[in-house]
This record gives sequence, C-alpha cells and structure tokens, in this order.
Amino acid sequence: MPTNKSVSKAPITQFVNCRILRDHKLQREDLWVREGRILDPEKLFFDEEGYADQRVDCEGLIIAPGFIDVQINGGYGIDFSQATSNVRGGVALVAKKILEHGVTSFLPTLVTSPPNIYHKVLSEVKVHSGGVEGAGVLGCHLEGPFISLEKKGAHPEQYLRSFQSGGMLDLIETYGTLDNVAMVTLAPELPNSEKVVRELAQRGITVSLGHSVANLSQAEEAVQNGASFITHLFNAMLPFHHRDPGIVGLLTSDQVPQDRTVFYGMIADGIHTNSAALRIAHRAHPTEIYGNALLVTDAITAMGLPPGRHTLGQQVIEIQGLHAYVAGTKTLSGSIATMDMCVRHFKQASGCSVEQALEAASLHPAQLLGITRCKGTLDYGADADLVLLDDAINVRATYIAGQEVWRK
Amino acid sequence: MYYYTLQEDLINPNQHTAFQSENNAFARICPAPFRACMRTMKLIILNDYDQVGEWAAKYIRNKIINFNPGPDRFFILGLPTGGTPLGCYKKLIEFYKKGEISFKYVKTFNMDEYVGIPRNHPESYHSFMWNNLFKHIDIKSENTHILDGNAANLVEECDSFEKEIKAAGGIDLFVGGIGPDGHIAFNEPGSSLLSRTRVKTLAQDTILANARFFDGDLSKVPTMALTVGVATVMDAREVMILITGVHKAFALYKAIEEGVNHMWTVSAFQQHPQTVFVCDEDATLELRVKTVKYFRGMMHVHNKLVDPLPPK
Repeated sequence: MPTNKSVSKAPITQFVNCRILRDHKLQREDLWVREGRILDPEKLFFDEEGYADQRVDCEGLIIAPGFIDVQINGGYGIDFSQATSNVRGGVALVAKKILEHGVTSFLPTLVTSPPNIYHKVLSEVKVHSGGVEGAGVLGCHLEGPFISLEKKGAHPEQYLRSFQSGGMLDLIETYGTLDNVAMVTLAPELPNSEKVVRELAQRGITVSLGHSVANLSQAEEAVQNGASFITHLFNAMLPFHHRDPGIVGLLTSDQVPQDRTVFYGMIADGIHTNSAALRIAHRAHPTEIYGNALLVTDAITAMGLPPGRHTLGQQVIEIQGLHAYVAGTKTLSGSIATMDMCVRHFKQASGCSVEQALEAASLHPAQLLGITRCKGTLDYGADADLVLLDDAINVRATYIAGQEVWRK
Repeated sequence: MYYYTLQEDLINPNQHTAFQSENNAFARICPAPFRACMRTMKLIILNDYDQVGEWAAKYIRNKIINFNPGPDRFFILGLPTGGTPLGCYKKLIEFYKKGEISFKYVKTFNMDEYVGIPRNHPESYHSFMWNNLFKHIDIKSENTHILDGNAANLVEECDSFEKEIKAAGGIDLFVGGIGPDGHIAFNEPGSSLLSRTRVKTLAQDTILANARFFDGDLSKVPTMALTVGVATVMDAREVMILITGVHKAFALYKAIEEGVNHMWTVSAFQQHPQTVFVCDEDATLELRVKTVKYFRGMMHVHNKLVDPLPPK
C-alpha cells in the first residue's frame, strides 16, 4: 500500500476529515505527514505513486500549526529565573505541561536577575526539538536587566543595569553567553543601546523593546537599528500621548523600514489590556493585511497552580482569581492565562477571524523569529507541529513532528 | 430499429460479461447476438449544467458497476479537463464517498496536457486531475496516465502513450468535451481525422478560452500541448461528449447536424459506433427544433440508463 519507495520508506500519515489553516484560510483539505514534516500529496501521488499508510480521522476539527509562546516565565511551580538544582528538569516539566495548551515550541523567559542566575540557567537550557517529552525550546528570551527603572513592573530593582561604555561587553558579562538566546528585551533610551541593538540583530537575536520610557523617535531609531518586537504592548511603557506616542506609536510609524515588520506582543488574558485598547492596536496594522499581533502568555510560576503566594525571580507574588500581583501591591506581575485561553480571548475581544487569531499564536511568532521555513505554518516541508482544535478553539490534541504528544 | 436496440440493451445489461476472454472490440460490452445492433448515437438533453454533470456521472458509475472490474479486468476510462466535466467529477466523488462506486480497478487516460509548464503549476492538467478527482477517490497513481508535457522527447512520449492504451486493452469509455471551435481534446480545426497522440500548436480561439485560467494574461497561456488524436478517441469502444453552455451551441450544431468535417473535429464521432452526447438546454440553441424535440422525447427511455442499479 505505501509508496514505491523511490524516495523514502518512512510511513505516511494522512489526516482526514479536517480543516487546515493554509494560505491564511481554513480549508477543507487533508494533511499529509512523513518523517515529521508536512508532505506534498500531489508530488507523492505523481512522483512516488504513493499513498497513506495510516489515516487519522479528525472528526471535523481544525488543524492549526502548533502555538509558539515567546514569553513564558515558568508555570506549575517552576520559575525559569531561579537557579534551582535542576534547571533542565524545571524547563522540561513546563514544556510537557504546555502541550495541553497547544504550545509546541517556546522561549523560556528570564526576568531581570543577577548575573549568576543568567550564567547558571543559560548554561543549562539548550535549544532542542520537542517531542513526546514536551514542547521544543527555540532559545531563551532575556527580559532585562537592561530596562528602565520607572517601568520595571515586577522586576527586582536591585538587579537592573545600564550599558556602561562597553555596551555589548556589559551584556555578555551579565548574561555570560549569547548561545541559546533567541530574544532580548531592552529599553532603547538607555545610553549606548544603539550599538547593542545593532550587534544583537546582526547575530540573529530578536531585539524587543519593553519596560521602557522611550519616546517615539528613540523607539524608531531602535527599529532602524534592528529591533523588531514590542514586549507586551501598552504594559511597562509610556502610555500613548498624542504629541509623543512613545513605543505605542511604532504601530503606525512611517519610519519603520519597508522590509521590516514590527510585531507587538499582546497578553490577551482580559486583564493586562483593556479590550478597547486591544482593538485599537489590532486595527492599526500598517501594511500587513493580516496584522502583526503576536500572542504571548507572559505566564508566571503560578500558572497552572491554585490561588496563593508563589515566587517569581527574586520576588513574591500573589494569585487572586485570574490576577497575579506583586505581593502587597496592585502591580500586575504576569499572567496565569494559558496560550489557548489567550487565543480565545483575543478572537473574542478583537473581533478578528479564527484564522487571524490562530496565526497570531503560530505564524507571527515564527515570522518574528525568522523560522517560518519549518515552524508556524502547514506548508509542505514544514515541521508537523500541529494543534487540533474545535470551533470554540479548545485544544483537543497536540502533535509534534507528526507524533501525537497529547490528547484530551 | 433504434428503439428496439435500446430495449435489448436495457433488458440484458449483464450479458456482456459472458465474453470477457475475447479481445474483440465489442465483446466486452455487448453479447454476440446483439453486437450488430449496438451502434447508437444518443443525444441526451438536460435542463442545466448541474443536471448534465449528474447524468454523466451516473452513466459512468453504472458502466463501471455493470462492467464489474477486478484485479485482472480493469475498466479503462478516458478523461477530459476543463470547466465542463467539473460537475461530473464532483458527482463521481460523491458516489465514491457514498460507497456506490470504487476506482480501485479503474485505469484512466487523460486526453491532453500543456507543454512546458511545471507539473505542479496550478493550471497544469496534472494539478487539475489531482485536485478535482484523484485526491478524493481511491484510484491508484500507477493506474492513472497523463501525458508528460515536460518529457525530454515529446514525440516518444506521445508514442508511448498510445502503446500504454493498447497495452491496457483499449479504452472502454472515453469522456470528452467540445471546444467553441468544435475541437475534441486539442485537435484544433484542420486536424486530421485520422490523427494519433501528438504535439499540437494551440489555435488562437483555444488560447483565448484558456486565458481565464492564467489571470487573463494571454502571454502566460501555453501555446503547445500534447493531445490524443481524433482516431485515438475513435478507437474507444464508447465515447461520451459533454457540452454545456450557449458558447458551445454552434459547435454542437456543426458536430451533429452538419457533415463530418475536419474543421469541426467532434463531427468525426458521427462515424463512431457508440456515442453519447450529453448537453444542457443552452447548448441546443443552434440546433433545429425538430432535432431537439426528437431527442427530448427519448429522455424517459434514456434516463433508465442512469437509474440506480440493484445491489448485487
């Protein structure tokens, strides 16, 4: 029954009775997978005279590319910014659990921490593919310590830093290494940041603007130097002002280079951003007709845990319902919403289509990180990281490299 | 005489299986006693495009089921592309999904393919057949045959296509359409009525008609194609031509009410022993009222050919 073996002996799986997200639309098409990648069935038919070894009946569900979370600080009691004795085990536990939310790849995020934490954690957490053990790690997201004092949010003040004359040298001294680092959030108004932004971007590390009091021209300069992301838009930055929109003004800035898209992260948990503000951002997309919103969870240690007090970085936070505050204050310290909750809420609050909501959690993160050849799409040749959802965007099953890794 | 012939055809639909070992062209569909009278031209007139697609699909379905194909006995089907057969293909897919028909023991030979566009180009006939039929049914790739417009040697490709048809035992039912200029496959006006599979340069009419599939840009439309010849289709044991729409009406008139003429190559089928023309009302607009009334009057008999067959 399988192919004439002219190309590969590996078994072929055909997902039938499903709607797949392709070319920005949900289409009634079968999805073919071989050796962990999406297969072109027409080529299989004509070139190899082959067909499926096994069929998976999706019973009418939606198949979307697996979600990619570029900002997640921990969960289920694990805090990525803590140097425990088992850093890898902690990352692995979260990686396993987030499969239930449809997340197949993520960036473990570290908040502002002392250098020894960075040195320890970054030496342990490596880029690796996902599988049955959990979602894949695409690299770390280092949110801080080169951020603004006034907009530190829940980050510990004593570990904030600025760039001394060294610029990159300060950065590398703080972090220890840039291996396995996929993204850095910094405040561009800090002196000497321009060279750092340029250098990081050149190294292929995504530079994000956040926890900052930058004005619009400082933000635009950073974008021109290579910054391409805004960390949790609206939160930890100056509010929009009609004479100086600040970082928020990047949404409609005409100083952004033509070939670049500036994505903005959105914590769509219904708490961090008012729905009306979310809609303003969503409707302001410049040239991209499909928007440049990117959903993140910014999930903290307490995600997945019952209400109460828990540790985040070097501080203590308190859960009240769906809210997480710095203990004793009303400062939000991160979210405990899961990625699928965020996708549902984003769709409902912004009024966008299912396709746009799904792409905000899959395609856009992949575009931001420059990995669309293998992640974030269901194009032929891409990794078969899939999430099966019902029409209400509830996760029913998760696949990594064509293998089922979680089922409801 | 015609009516009597038809009745025999209907009473003994399974008699043809008695003579499967013979290679004779008619043996496979017609028992010896009735062979002499199995020479028919039917004009099936339906109301609209959808009805044409449905009737044609049912006819093909019944033919395949009556033939009773198996691992040593494939049903050989010739197939067209284009807008006309789409409705028919949709219906065939429906019948397959309902379990009424299987293509496991069916071999297909397509009529034509463009020269020089990549096989996975969205407008290639390979893509057309994959997207509109093959991917939805249980046909095996090795049983499908489509000319390769990118072959290193196009003449050899055409010759070997003819050999493959012969090796399969000849075509049982060749389904085709008609161009506005009366062509069958890409046998443009002036093509020899004795032609075989070959490379053809497309007529301007055809290029214009195809432009809509290439964003209306004439420069993008291929100018050459590989096509089965008129005689290749004439060799089939039965031929079914689908004609829908007012823009085909004049061609239909030329094909069946005027003489056999190489400027209207579909007219060649006036000399084929078993032809069915299936058309909608719009396509009859250039025919004589008398012709239309005559064949419309036969519909209650012809419709029996597409009745659901009793389960085995």
